[in-house]
Amino acid sequence: MRDTMGIIYTGDSNISLQELTLRRSIAALPFAGRYRVIDFMLSNMINSGVTNVGIITQNNYHSLMDHLDSGKQWDLDRKSGGLFILPPYVSHDNTGWYRGEVDAFHSNMSYIRRSPQNHVLICGSSMICSLTFHKAMEFHRENMADITVIYKEDKSATKEELSGHTLLRTDENNRVWDIEVRPSVPMSDKVSMEMYIIDKKLFEYLVEECAARGQYDFSKDILLRNLNKLRILGFEHEGYLAKIDSIHAYFKTNLEMLDQENFRDLFEQSGPVYTKVKDQVPARYGKNASAINSLVADGCIIDGVVENCVLFRGVKVGKNAYIRDSIIMQDTEIQERVILDNVILDKNVIVRKGKRLMGQKNYPVVIRKHAVL
Amino acid sequence: MVAKKCVAMLLAGGQGSRLGVLTKNTAKPAVPFGGKYRIIDFPLSNCTNSGIDTIGVLTQYKPLKLNSYIGIGQPWDLDRLNGGVTILPPYMKQTAGEWYSGTANAICQNIEFIEAYNPEYVLILSGDQIYKMDYSAMLAFHEEKEADVTIAVLEVPWEDASRFGIMNTDEDNKVYEFVEKPKNPISNKASMGIYIFKWKKLRQYLTQEPRSSGSNNDFGKDIIPRMLKDGEQMYAFPFKGYWRDVGTIQSLWEANMDLLEETPELDLYDPGWKIYSRNPVEPPHYIARGANVRSCIITEGGMIFGDVNHSVLFAGVTVGKGSRVHNSILMPNVKVGENTVIENAIIAENTVVGDNCYIGYSAGAEEKPSRKRKDITVIGENLTLPSGYKLDKGSMVDSENFLAYQAVI
Repeated sequence: MRDTMGIIYTGDSNISLQELTLRRSIAALPFAGRYRVIDFMLSNMINSGVTNVGIITQNNYHSLMDHLDSGKQWDLDRKSGGLFILPPYVSHDNTGWYRGEVDAFHSNMSYIRRSPQNHVLICGSSMICSLTFHKAMEFHRENMADITVIYKEDKSATKEELSGHTLLRTDENNRVWDIEVRPSVPMSDKVSMEMYIIDKKLFEYLVEECAARGQYDFSKDILLRNLNKLRILGFEHEGYLAKIDSIHAYFKTNLEMLDQENFRDLFEQSGPVYTKVKDQVPARYGKNASAINSLVADGCIIDGVVENCVLFRGVKVGKNAYIRDSIIMQDTEIQERVILDNVILDKNVIVRKGKRLMGQKNYPVVIRKHAVL
Repeated sequence: MVAKKCVAMLLAGGQGSRLGVLTKNTAKPAVPFGGKYRIIDFPLSNCTNSGIDTIGVLTQYKPLKLNSYIGIGQPWDLDRLNGGVTILPPYMKQTAGEWYSGTANAICQNIEFIEAYNPEYVLILSGDQIYKMDYSAMLAFHEEKEADVTIAVLEVPWEDASRFGIMNTDEDNKVYEFVEKPKNPISNKASMGIYIFKWKKLRQYLTQEPRSSGSNNDFGKDIIPRMLKDGEQMYAFPFKGYWRDVGTIQSLWEANMDLLEETPELDLYDPGWKIYSRNPVEPPHYIARGANVRSCIITEGGMIFGDVNHSVLFAGVTVGKGSRVHNSILMPNVKVGENTVIENAIIAENTVVGDNCYIGYSAGAEEKPSRKRKDITVIGENLTLPSGYKLDKGSMVDSENFLAYQAVI
């Protein structure tokens, strides 16, 4: 895999995440108690031996840059390769506002060209999964693919859920013969994970060609238009997959981490998941504390009761507080006798004594960063 | 080399034999403490928080774990272009090599390291204490008094004073007498083993011929008494706050339990004085339905299915269904099976305890938990205790004798 460079595109639209992405990109969204969404994709790359990773930023990327720093937490502070943060810029042929992934790749062509690797691994930033790319790469080589698209067959998904994704239709030889981009009537349950393996020379050519024609959508303009010309194959991922593309998905995916099977799949199957270290004190439970089916990160001080919750680093839960089915982000303080049910509290929120907040399973209450209730 | 005002020398070579099986394969400063730390995190973090960025760590006994833990010092922000942390093991000289034969001797053998930074002052620290201390305040005190040596002292309870090296001082904190373990102490200012020297002065004492009656090996026994005798300016810097020497099983266990108090005296939450450590790469810990956690400290990577009360659990610890852990310290990656009872125990890294075990078993009825060493059960690292294993309270087992123990019970 040392002959492969990684590119993570973090410019995904984030309107449906409302308050949570007002000040951050989806890639920088906190997840599972101590991570950000991008940690999973980045760790997948590191665990696969990809050591030259470019991260293309677009929306509100300060929080992402702060998180990634020099890349040393991912062992990407290298002399050769390492982490490249690629923010948008303005030049004579570039507005700094990407009209799609292809536009973004085109703007960063100099970085791509000068990287010595012969393969490119392209990933989006809203997928949560844990895998290494060795098998996909082997599949790509053995089957002489031009482009390999990694997908997950999701038999349990509803038509409604599927219609939010890009879906592949493949034949018995794994050849992709049709692609549906957010179809109203989905005909397939093979969800594209927005991860592609391409030979770098071909990738450069395709991006230039698209850009020259004013085409900017990777799925529609590079994949769909070339189904007959190129050998585009699908490679199935069998493990856990979640896409963070709405408040509901964010809420559901976090709570899915309380399931041992999902948790093990994500954290124990394909190597460690790396993230920024905060040097927090271990979590403390008081005399009257109680925790039931919950994930708790370091720095928490718990004196109340938490049930089916994900608590991020440095959360305080006061005496006689009762929190159920909720996601509480970093450094949020929940004072005495507070009752929370189906709630997402962003970072640094304070909920004062005795307050109650109730959401619904399919419609959690979301409280924005720094709010005081 | 850019000159440094103050260089710290951290004495980390001691065996720590009083910690028994816990230091069988590990130097004392690398012994885990407080859920995610190792003892050496405290002096290293204190240094970095006090603005001291040049530290020599003197290692000797079983240094592998300690060396790899310190690495290039990145967790403590000590990966510097100038200074940073340097590991200083004993080494061969042209004609022969020699081990470090004492605290002062270890410094003496590394004069070249200190000279390279041409410091005005040298701070001597030891690697077996748990405390937060601003060395820059001590350095300011040292400069203000124009002292040749300043010794940090702690006012200990009078009844304990006879267990320490006691500094007798005048009202200006000037030391006029130093008594090791006095029978009838006239002061309760105990030496903490933390010294700041004027480097020129210390160098002179380290390099001059030892007098007929003594040697140059030890600070407490040789250098300090001799400096006092010669009338050098010696001051006692009064330290206030939490300080524990964790050189024994009893004190290590107590210091861990101190963290479980309602408001621990040692405040680890101060954002201005973080204690840094090498963080494990682990997900948040998980508390299952049916588990019970009270008055305890749990860190990342933990999986708790049983009952944990008044205990300190390190990274990656698993406690199985129906198991009960009480008044105990489970070090990194200890795995406890199902329906096992663990009481008043310290279990070292990577040890696996099977199902239906009883650790800290006492034949009589369940007694009130006591805080006596003789009641603390200690299990060494990398052991696999089979299911149904019973271990009497107060026993200490490692890979050599644990099977023998099982046969007896």
